Amino acid sequence: MVDQVAPDQSDLKVNDIENAIEVLKNKYPGVVTDDTRHGYQGVIVDKKRLIDVAMTIRDELGFDYLSSATAVDYHEMGEPDSDMEMVYHAYRTSGGSALTFKAQTPRDNAEIPSLIDVWPGVDFQEREAFDLMGIRFPGHPNLKRILLWDGFLGHPLRKDWKEAYYEQDHKPFDSRWPGGHVHRAEEKNIYGKNVAYPEDFDLSRLNDVSEEALYNSMGLGVDVQELSGDSMSTDRLIVNMGPHHPSTHGVFRMIISLDGETIEALEPVMGYLHRNHEKIGERNTYLHNMPFTDRLDYLSSMGNNLGYALTIEQLMATGARYKPPSYRAESIRVLMAELTRICNHLWSIGFLLNDLGAFFTPMLYANNEREKILDFFEATAGSRLMCNYMRFGGVYKDIPERIHSVANLVNDRVRDLDTMEFLSDIIYERLPRFLDEYEYYLSENEIIKSRCIGVGMLPADMAIAYSAAGPLLRAAGVPYDVRRAEPYSIYDELDFDIPVGIQGDIYDRYTVRMSEMRESLRILRQIMPRLEETKGESVTGNTQYAARVPIGESYGRVENPKGELGYYVVSAGDKKGTQNAWRYHIRAPSFINLTPLGQMSKGHKVADVVTVLGSIDIVLGETDR
Amino acid sequence: MYGRGLLRGLAVTFKHFVNTYVDDLRFGMKKYSNPDNFESRQSTKAQGAFTVQYPDEKIAVPERFRYVPFLVMNDLDAEVEPGKDWCTSCGICAKVCPPQCIWIVRGTNPDTGRPVPEPEAFFIDIDICMNCGFCSEFCPFDAIKMDHDYEIASYDRTAEHIYDKDDLSKPFSYWRKIAPTTAYEEMQARGGWEHTDVVKARKKGKKPVKRKAPATNGAAAPVAEAAAVAEAEAPAQDDRAERVQAEREAALARRRARAAKSPE
Repeated sequence: MVDQVAPDQSDLKVNDIENAIEVLKNKYPGVVTDDTRHGYQGVIVDKKRLIDVAMTIRDELGFDYLSSATAVDYHEMGEPDSDMEMVYHAYRTSGGSALTFKAQTPRDNAEIPSLIDVWPGVDFQEREAFDLMGIRFPGHPNLKRILLWDGFLGHPLRKDWKEAYYEQDHKPFDSRWPGGHVHRAEEKNIYGKNVAYPEDFDLSRLNDVSEEALYNSMGLGVDVQELSGDSMSTDRLIVNMGPHHPSTHGVFRMIISLDGETIEALEPVMGYLHRNHEKIGERNTYLHNMPFTDRLDYLSSMGNNLGYALTIEQLMATGARYKPPSYRAESIRVLMAELTRICNHLWSIGFLLNDLGAFFTPMLYANNEREKILDFFEATAGSRLMCNYMRFGGVYKDIPERIHSVANLVNDRVRDLDTMEFLSDIIYERLPRFLDEYEYYLSENEIIKSRCIGVGMLPADMAIAYSAAGPLLRAAGVPYDVRRAEPYSIYDELDFDIPVGIQGDIYDRYTVRMSEMRESLRILRQIMPRLEETKGESVTGNTQYAARVPIGESYGRVENPKGELGYYVVSAGDKKGTQNAWRYHIRAPSFINLTPLGQMSKGHKVADVVTVLGSIDIVLGETDR
Repeated sequence: MYGRGLLRGLAVTFKHFVNTYVDDLRFGMKKYSNPDNFESRQSTKAQGAFTVQYPDEKIAVPERFRYVPFLVMNDLDAEVEPGKDWCTSCGICAKVCPPQCIWIVRGTNPDTGRPVPEPEAFFIDIDICMNCGFCSEFCPFDAIKMDHDYEIASYDRTAEHIYDKDDLSKPFSYWRKIAPTTAYEEMQARGGWEHTDVVKARKKGKKPVKRKAPATNGAAAPVAEAAAVAEAEAPAQDDRAERVQAEREAALARRRARAAKSPE
């Protein structure tokens, strides 16, 4: 627990982590050692005692929330017996910074004990590390590929793995300039000739093999008749929802085993939209990644941009010539982040209502308001969804004085509005009026209440254990919000509350989102005068197109509308700094929030699973990456 | 009373329904048919449904809107070097492009083999372009800009989706037209409406350097010499202007033919 009477919070937090590390080192001498590499934090734990140490971290030191678990491949960089490692970031739900701990293993025959018994939320993340990095986790009950399909050869995030259209390790590619004769990648490297399958993989039996493996993992390989209840004899039925189903919000598939109409087991299957964002990110320069982050959670691209900018700024700040963002730039960032939150929640509540059967009317009412916010994004950043607005140490451009559109070849319309007037109209008039009306419209509706209250329960202890984040966690009654727990940008000087739910059902998630929009408006009302005061300040940050970033690691996180969005970036190599990330990992809230989906749906009717999924609020661009 | 919530909801729906028509009455039943009402419909004062009747009417895109980039060239009726590309083939846009969709062949003088500051060829694969705007943001010569023309669908991606210099080049006056404020800011940063090099040369008190096209060029003439021969070569310049004009028109005709070919 954080001591409330301490005079300086920031000092306390640093000492706190140091103390925790000291305790660990005393308790496990020789097992826990400091990570002494340049620019790295935390401790390295001997993998043989990893589970014991993790238990101590969770129970004795109180780091009950495992935010992120990911793997890094130090191919030809580290020692041969420890050139692959798992990196864990654990937090306290009472706030404070991360306790980072790592476990190392050789690349060949990589094996690290599973932490699933300590933090069940590590389930999907370990499967991801197995899938993309090829680390095995003894103790994991269901260790199989999660994003890629079974016929995939190799583990693509390993540094020696090359993709089908491989050109060079890093962008920019030499073929583009100065002798840039154009070619299409698929002409040089024809599809079909660049695909390899694992040795024991039989392509003709593809569907049988993978489906069988899936069903077996759900424990469905048994005789169904024997298991049905005595009172009423019902068959077990397997229903595949998705990948093409409107209720799944994208290409997402749920395999549901039903007893009558009641859900017995649910297994999410994902990866249909997988493009290995992280591998692309490691080929890119740091700046190149910025527009790619837009494509993660494409409903809240401003938030994604902000998280990435903060992460790289953490690294840049360790270098000599770093200028932090100006106050105006920070204000604009918060403005954008909060508008994004409203946009996202409008969308997600609208879609939840769609899932409940209120087809598109509430959704379109919400979209009317969202449209206005997107108009502002378009005038400022140049695009409605793919904003690509944040830069390292600032933003792309200041807010324009007028939202000005001229007639041209494509458009015969003219529009000329004052931007600040437009903004204050949205913030002070339209949105508050709309939220009142929307709440009046929906909150007391009997159908919504009877379908949502008591359905899809996720109690607080489970939410924390499963690393759930965002409205999902707060609806369970845990007041955990990164903006408060570890404030970034200028959130520490803003006045706002963290809305929480009571029992963690769908209705609580709905009310939490509603209240969060009101809190966002409260923040925006504090931002508006700051924008007026700081008029004229420069907002552009680092203007180099190939900036070097000092070596080290950094984990930056923001409270995105969908939950905690984290970026883990390793800059390794050249002592002068690097232009490309060695490792670029995203802790995607949409992905990790799906871990408890099976638990939440168990015992409910098949129609409820649609609303449960809708209440988690996922975007497949981020889930599948 | 059970069912009160439902009735409340229906009341809101009814209100929205009525509001749509109230708005219509406000515009004298010409909400959509009178183009003057567009701005009001797109403002924060709009209520009810405010649909845009695409493609009969199109939403007005703001100045900073970004779509597939175009290359800036001098206006075709410019006094000096009409139709000349602003691009110096420095390659920064190709390097900063996240999906690497820009290919540039650096211009070289055929006689000396030395690089000249203009691109010999310039390609953008618009299927790969992600419209991020980095090329125009980092171009030191304001030579590549993001376009507003978003209606670029076609039937054959392999034949038509790699844009070459003809497809990409648009006159500077077009940029001033679609983004007057931004163009004005850039002009102030450069110090004049012309290309940076021209502005710099003028500041140094020299006449604008006339770079010649590789086809008509002899040896790489020193700067002073070029200024001296510029006058003598005036007819050749006109020639070039005509040739460029003809090329552009041919390119435009190709584009129009392409557009006509694809049914609406």
